[in-house]
Amino acid sequence: MEWLTAFLNDLQLSGPALWHGFTITLKVLVMATIGGILIGTLLALMRLSSIRVLNLFAQGYVNLFRSIPLLLVLMWFYFAVPFFYTALTGNYLTIDTALVSSIVAFMLFEAAYFSEIVRAGIQSIPKGQTAAAYALGMTYGQSMRLIILPQAFRKMTPLLLQQTIILFQDSTMVYAIGLLDFFRTNYVRGDLMALLTQYILFAGLVYFSVSLIATYAVKKLQRRLTV
Amino acid sequence: MTEPKIMIDLQNVSKWYKDFKVLTDCSTQIRQGEVVVVCGPSGSGKSTLIKTVNGLEPFQKGQILVDGISISDPKTNLNKLRSRVGMVFQHFELFPHLSITENLTIAQIKVLGRSETEAKQKGLAYLDRVGLSSQANKFPAQLSGGQQQRVAIARALSMDPIAMLFDEPTSALDPEMITEVLDVMVELAREGMTMMCVTHEMGFARQVANRVIFMDQGKIVEDCTKDEFFNTQRGERAQQFLDKILH
Amino acid sequence: MNYSWNWGVLFQSTGIGDSTYLHWILAGLGWLLVIAIVAWSIAMLLGSILGIMRTLPSKTARTIGTAYVTIFRNVPLLIQLFIWFYVVPNFLPAPIKSWWMNDLGAHTSALISASIGLGLFTAARVCEQVRTGIEALPRGQINAGYAMGFSTAQLYRYVILPQSFRTILPPLSSELTNCVKNTSVASLVGVAEIISQMKTISEYTQNTIEIYTIVTVIFIVINICLIQGMNLLEKRLRVPGLIAGEK
Repeated sequence: MEWLTAFLNDLQLSGPALWHGFTITLKVLVMATIGGILIGTLLALMRLSSIRVLNLFAQGYVNLFRSIPLLLVLMWFYFAVPFFYTALTGNYLTIDTALVSSIVAFMLFEAAYFSEIVRAGIQSIPKGQTAAAYALGMTYGQSMRLIILPQAFRKMTPLLLQQTIILFQDSTMVYAIGLLDFFRTNYVRGDLMALLTQYILFAGLVYFSVSLIATYAVKKLQRRLTV
Repeated sequence: MTEPKIMIDLQNVSKWYKDFKVLTDCSTQIRQGEVVVVCGPSGSGKSTLIKTVNGLEPFQKGQILVDGISISDPKTNLNKLRSRVGMVFQHFELFPHLSITENLTIAQIKVLGRSETEAKQKGLAYLDRVGLSSQANKFPAQLSGGQQQRVAIARALSMDPIAMLFDEPTSALDPEMITEVLDVMVELAREGMTMMCVTHEMGFARQVANRVIFMDQGKIVEDCTKDEFFNTQRGERAQQFLDKILH
Repeated sequence: MNYSWNWGVLFQSTGIGDSTYLHWILAGLGWLLVIAIVAWSIAMLLGSILGIMRTLPSKTARTIGTAYVTIFRNVPLLIQLFIWFYVVPNFLPAPIKSWWMNDLGAHTSALISASIGLGLFTAARVCEQVRTGIEALPRGQINAGYAMGFSTAQLYRYVILPQSFRTILPPLSSELTNCVKNTSVASLVGVAEIISQMKTISEYTQNTIEIYTIVTVIFIVINICLIQGMNLLEKRLRVPGLIAGEK
């Protein structure tokens, strides 16, 4: 029990730092989800377009990001973001490289996965809907924005949320570039205070609980939406 | 002359599905060599009834004896019993990942323990009887519906069953193919196979059936000889059904 | 932009013996393959068993399967690997623990924990694919199998699993590519696989862009090979006439 009490005592001290780590995780999660869905939708539209260049670009993008590990992407952007910033502006990046580069990396990486979900959603809307929209005189932009995408998104919401939960779990990978997200903060504290086992298990428990509750909530949402 | 023995004996079979009573007190006997047709409107429980005979559908009340053996007796080897009763399904249910020959032999080998040579010999013999020897090495998806159903019949016969159950064998077939399957069934009946058939094909019933059972809302309403069923006045529901189906 | 390009970086000598950086990359690739093969083997074996368990009539079997999946799918992979590497060894029985801590090299113990950890993680995902594949099989096939007298074990072996595995080959192949990509996480517990080598080389040579690109290309090539391999497997296992998903 000493094992547990030592941990609980330390937890009171490390609480604020852990919370800060959690907010970092949330920042990455929220920005990556929003950015990922926006870019993903754009990619999906490009992939469905009849303009060959756009189609091929989107295909290439998605295939590229789906064949390489997330870790590699994170490392790329950790290097590339300050590199290109300096190359372009001549100044050195003063803000938190790890945070900015990981948000960019996640956005672009998850966009590839989001785009497949969005594409499937759009393709599941019957062709008759597009025909009706055009028959009324709508442009491509209007038919997409007013008719197709709203329906598609309603269908895809559970899948998009599931992908977000996956993103939440993948966010732990920022450990590799030294970003102090929730997990890394736990690790660093545990390593420092010789309570590593406890902190790792604690972090695991937190991620487990959040994922479990979120998955359950999405399932309930899915049930309500299908009725 | 002693009567042929009772092959299938249903005694007061009742089945509930949650609150809904699917079968109510169904009783009938089918003797060796008899051909019994079970008909009725959809939802009457006829498919469910035939599936209780080989234990594919459990039932809560009553008893079913196949060749004297009780289906619900825990000591009964249900798998062995099933292997002795052939069943032909509405959707053929050939195993799509196996060739025709393999479909015919797999249960013979794995359930009855026959050797591969013996199983092939028997299976191909029955395949020939249903007129499809040339298809032996094809796969089910390459055959038409009528062909698949004939193979399904050959598959069931390869097990040397004591009785054959048919669950709407022609309902999923295009009209042109119904005849080829019914012809096989007629021949089977003429050779003395004990058969219980759920079907809408009254022509088949008139040709070879000994008895007709009419079901409505889970109950056996009529259970009489073929002649009595078609030529004499039956109960109201049966008459309604006959009028609709024969005209 | 002051960056000195050097695309021949791999052929440079590392300064350690007469190995070039190419040797390091190949070593990294080798460890990647070791982890991937061990992990995938564990995943396929355990995942298939769990997937089948989740579809069995026994409530105990189903609960164990569900519990496993719930735990292993809701804890991030990185944390799972950390648990296997940092936490579990502390709870090993004394003789094994001392062997693990003292006699086993740091790299080997990292290798073992990473392979097991990745294997168990991927098993949960394989389990779900197998389960979905089994549940997608039409009820009629199961009825047909039972009707012929197959026992439950025979039914799974000869009817359900051969069909289900063919159905799930496409999503299973994407799980395989995920597994291979996930081996990169092992670098964070100290395995000298390819990402780890990439980091080291870029620190030594400062030729970050070149070495990162080379490793990226290697992953793309691995991915293409895996997909082609799976396509080939699918073609060889394809049943003539049957397009996956159609009947």
